[in-house]
Amino acid sequence: MYNFTPYSALTGGIIIGCSVVLYFYTTGRLAGISGIFANALTNKTNRISNLLFLLGLALGPLGYFFVSSAPVKFEITNSYILIIIAGFLVGLGTRMSGGCTSGHGICGISRFSIRSIVATITFIITGVITVFILQQFGIYL
Amino acid sequence: MNEKLFSLLSGIIFGVGLVISGMTNPEKVIGFLSITHNWDASLMFVMGGGILVFAPFFYLMKNKDTSSLGFKINLPQKKDLDKKILIGSSLFGIGWGLVGLCPGPAVSSIALFEPVTFIFLSAMFIGILISKYV
Repeated sequence: MYNFTPYSALTGGIIIGCSVVLYFYTTGRLAGISGIFANALTNKTNRISNLLFLLGLALGPLGYFFVSSAPVKFEITNSYILIIIAGFLVGLGTRMSGGCTSGHGICGISRFSIRSIVATITFIITGVITVFILQQFGIYL
Repeated sequence: MNEKLFSLLSGIIFGVGLVISGMTNPEKVIGFLSITHNWDASLMFVMGGGILVFAPFFYLMKNKDTSSLGFKINLPQKKDLDKKILIGSSLFGIGWGLVGLCPGPAVSSIALFEPVTFIFLSAMFIGILISKYV
């Protein structure tokens, strides 16, 4: 398998799980990032808390880069048109379905929510099809 | 006050988890979605790790009405499948597959000061605003 990093992936996943536990245990809310992002910008309820969560989401990696000397990898398409279409679809799609990889994929599946299980399977399938089509056009290898 | 502090702390821990997992790199996400060519299963381990921790905890907490700080436990009320969740998650998957960014890593990569991130987040915000009319 290519580029496969099971140990760091599992470690990171467990740390994310701890964050979800802490957030739920203290605030009583699920740590779904698309919801937190949307609420921070469009809803006055808990706005400061939501903004602080997002700030932490950026500060965590910043601190990690500062402490560790690990190289920061960020490889993404350089097509701004693709980025804009993608961002738009992610915003629209996550709000229509009520969650993203964290809200449905981690929080929802942990709760055995049928909606979240179906949503997660659906977005993985359409993601796989999208990447497959892009590969046929030579955009991804 | 405490609630704000714990929100910030949860965000920091989540961000550290994301960067350690490698998911802040869109290429890793594309690798997961690329099942026919050089498949990279790492993302499944990230989700699995998160579920492994939260699922048993949620099970223990599920009969509680309030959080440790005294807030009402807030869970999604919708239970049945509808067209909106199917169309929405399909659209999200397409956007996710196009560039390899979902909301968490997109916010985390603000730390990298890449202009791409800000363009993505702005477009995401427009999508969020439009979702209110769908």
